Amino acid sequence: MKHLLSTADLSRADAIHILDVAEEMAEVNTREVRKLPALRGKTVVNLFFEDSTRTRISFEAAAKRLSADVINFAAKGSSVSKGESLKDTVQTLGAMGIDGIVMRHPASGAPRVLAEADWIDVPVVNAGDGTHEHPTQALLDAFTMRRRLHGSASRGTALDGVRVLIVGDVLHSRVARSNAWLLRTLGAEVTFAAPPTLLPAVDRPFGAAVHHDLDAALAEDCDVVMLLRIQQERMNDAFFPNPREYTRHFGLTAARAAALSERTLIMHPGPMNRGLEIAGVAADDPRSTVVEQVANGVSVRMAVLYLALTGEHEPKEPVA
Amino acid sequence: MGTRTVLQQSDITRALTRIAHEILEANHGSSDLVLLGIPTRGAVLAERLDRVLADIEPEWAADRDQRLGTLDVTMHRDDLGHGIGRAPHRTTIPTSGIDGKVVVLVDDVLYSGRTVRAALDALQGIGRPRAVRLAVLVDRGHRQLPIRADHVGKNLPTASDERVTLRLTETDGTDEVVIEQAEAQAGTQSGTQGAHA
Repeated sequence: MKHLLSTADLSRADAIHILDVAEEMAEVNTREVRKLPALRGKTVVNLFFEDSTRTRISFEAAAKRLSADVINFAAKGSSVSKGESLKDTVQTLGAMGIDGIVMRHPASGAPRVLAEADWIDVPVVNAGDGTHEHPTQALLDAFTMRRRLHGSASRGTALDGVRVLIVGDVLHSRVARSNAWLLRTLGAEVTFAAPPTLLPAVDRPFGAAVHHDLDAALAEDCDVVMLLRIQQERMNDAFFPNPREYTRHFGLTAARAAALSERTLIMHPGPMNRGLEIAGVAADDPRSTVVEQVANGVSVRMAVLYLALTGEHEPKEPVA
Repeated sequence: MGTRTVLQQSDITRALTRIAHEILEANHGSSDLVLLGIPTRGAVLAERLDRVLADIEPEWAADRDQRLGTLDVTMHRDDLGHGIGRAPHRTTIPTSGIDGKVVVLVDDVLYSGRTVRAALDALQGIGRPRAVRLAVLVDRGHRQLPIRADHVGKNLPTASDERVTLRLTETDGTDEVVIEQAEAQAGTQSGTQGAHA
């Protein structure tokens, strides 16, 4: 794996391999000394053209635990606000000597442009591009599901037959898109529940079945309910009448959470709008994995950075 | 082709039994001893040593689950990022830790010494043992670092263009150590001690 741009590019074996490497990273994160020398002397740039706190910090923690040096580049207040192009920005960074780029950009496809152009020859990890993809989020969600379902025997396993219901703003959500592709690759069944205004206008978006009624979808007894954040910043139109109505129809309210089965996991990629798409009690429920997802995010990003920067291209047995 | 078997199953079993006795003798018993196998074949050898030790030493058998672990050294190697993709393996440390213990590292073939150097580094991130010893099934020479083994199953003088391959029933379906000429690389064997060992 050189770049990680999209979960649609990942084969089942690739995906399982990344999750297995993340298991080893998670083990390191339980130790007293949470540091590995694997990327010592390498420099990773967090190139963020869009505001982000948790993803950037998670990538930064991951790179630092692998002993890489981290440069944080935020477009606000930088040369970009003076009109510098992506090409010039990247070539400037390249001239300073860097070994990997973690990129978030408001334009869908920007990381792929960077990976395929000959401006700089370093691995590119997509940390979210527009309304397109957020592959490390999907990987950490899959990792979290796998750990909850298989426990310590999760190495090497996939998510065959696991039924995942993704609720909310699928139209604007890169998390939903990346998850739909990755989860299906891993054998899970994905269903979306959302109002028609927040779904792509196709029959089976990203191969997933669709419900317009959350209660009917929940009645199908899924293994995982994943809530999506209502992204006010991407909504340039009236997609639903008002927040209270959205909550009544599509929020995981306390009553809906109480009716869920004991084994159903409640997931949210964060940051949560408590009281809008998820009730406070549901977020704090023992079935909720919200905090675990954040912890697992560091392990998964360590695995991705390790695999991208040390030049592993496919799963294979190392020399003993 | 230039392939010869230098150790057979019975030789491997005898060597491990002798190493087990040597470990106990050098340590004056089994107090504070912990075995850490280096994946993949070192970990298998450590499991076998654990079985031998449990048979001959009641004190070992009494708290076996605190005696055996694996130590992955992948992230501590000095050749990462040189285009050789390496998948990390599992590290499992007994819950009582390794602080103040006598850790015996177990590996299959001792060659350049770089794996052992990486293992010593990896141990630092886990705890502070009282002493670290090294047990290997085969020492084939050609060290590139000042490292030697405390317990050796078999010293095998080899040329540096030869490959020493250990196969174990648990991982490869058979127990043997073979030496192959570099030209005769079958490409399918694992556990081969080549230029990266």
